[in-house]
Amino acid sequence: MRSVVLLFIGIFFGIVMFKSEAASWFRIYEMFQFQSFHMYGIIGSTVVLGILGVYFIKRKRLKDADGNPITFTPKDKSFSRYMFGGIIFGLGWALAGACPGPIFTLVGAGFLPILIVFAGALLGTFFYGLLRKKLPH
Amino acid sequence: MEWILEPWPWYVSGPLIALTMFLLVFMGKQFGMSSNLSTMCTLCGAGSKADFFDFDWKSQRWNLIVVVGAVIGGFMGANLLSLDTSVAINPDTVNILEEMGFSSAGQAYLPTELYSWEAVGGIKALIILLVGGILIGFGARYAGGCTSGHAISGLSNLQLPSLIAVIGFFIGGLVMIHLLFPLIF
Repeated sequence: MRSVVLLFIGIFFGIVMFKSEAASWFRIYEMFQFQSFHMYGIIGSTVVLGILGVYFIKRKRLKDADGNPITFTPKDKSFSRYMFGGIIFGLGWALAGACPGPIFTLVGAGFLPILIVFAGALLGTFFYGLLRKKLPH
Repeated sequence: MEWILEPWPWYVSGPLIALTMFLLVFMGKQFGMSSNLSTMCTLCGAGSKADFFDFDWKSQRWNLIVVVGAVIGGFMGANLLSLDTSVAINPDTVNILEEMGFSSAGQAYLPTELYSWEAVGGIKALIILLVGGILIGFGARYAGGCTSGHAISGLSNLQLPSLIAVIGFFIGGLVMIHLLFPLIF
């Protein structure tokens, strides 16, 4: 039952990623050229509603479907890993025009060369695992 | 209901992404896509090469189910819920892209100059997609999250680390498109 709900959430997410065009290479390029409000509107409205929702959940101490209190784990404090990792991710996001969610969505949409990006992303993750202890965090 | 078959505007899409995050939160989970890449590395046996991957993948099984859903959703979005998948980007953007050799700009969902078997057969597009993927995977794990984990989940929880990461995403993206694209294309 739990798996079915998660599957449906994933399907919903995949549809939204495709139909919002957030999975389109062209929209990512246009965003970094500052020539459309579209992507900024998507990210901005998501974050504004997200902030309000998280605030509401914390204030009302809401519980999840299992009855456990909902908690939000704070991220570890650091600068270098977020800045350097972020820049590397941004270079890839703009070059391939996809981030991890849309990579999966585009496989389903039938753009099979995205599998090369997917393979690269697995390799990149693996390289990080190998080099992790040598990198500033 | 015909609007469903058209591209969805930002003020529909953004709230629906927020809804996705909250649905996962109410399932006791966190919205973040790139961690699945680590889980897949673990499934491929990477745990024997680096202890970073030495964890019980079953604890992340729920997120792999979300990934399967995202694939199915992509199929449905492209095949059942769209009449025309070409993306109507700004005509000025189309002009810039056409000058760079992207004649599919404004007429397709993804550039056929990169995302077609014909293009991938030429070694340049293949390398671009592979290197792009490596940067995405490496950077997301180094930063501890991607657009979903930092830009959406993290910023929603007012996390300064996520803001630093998102600033990094934009620095990287702007450097790629404004400084590196003229050298690549």
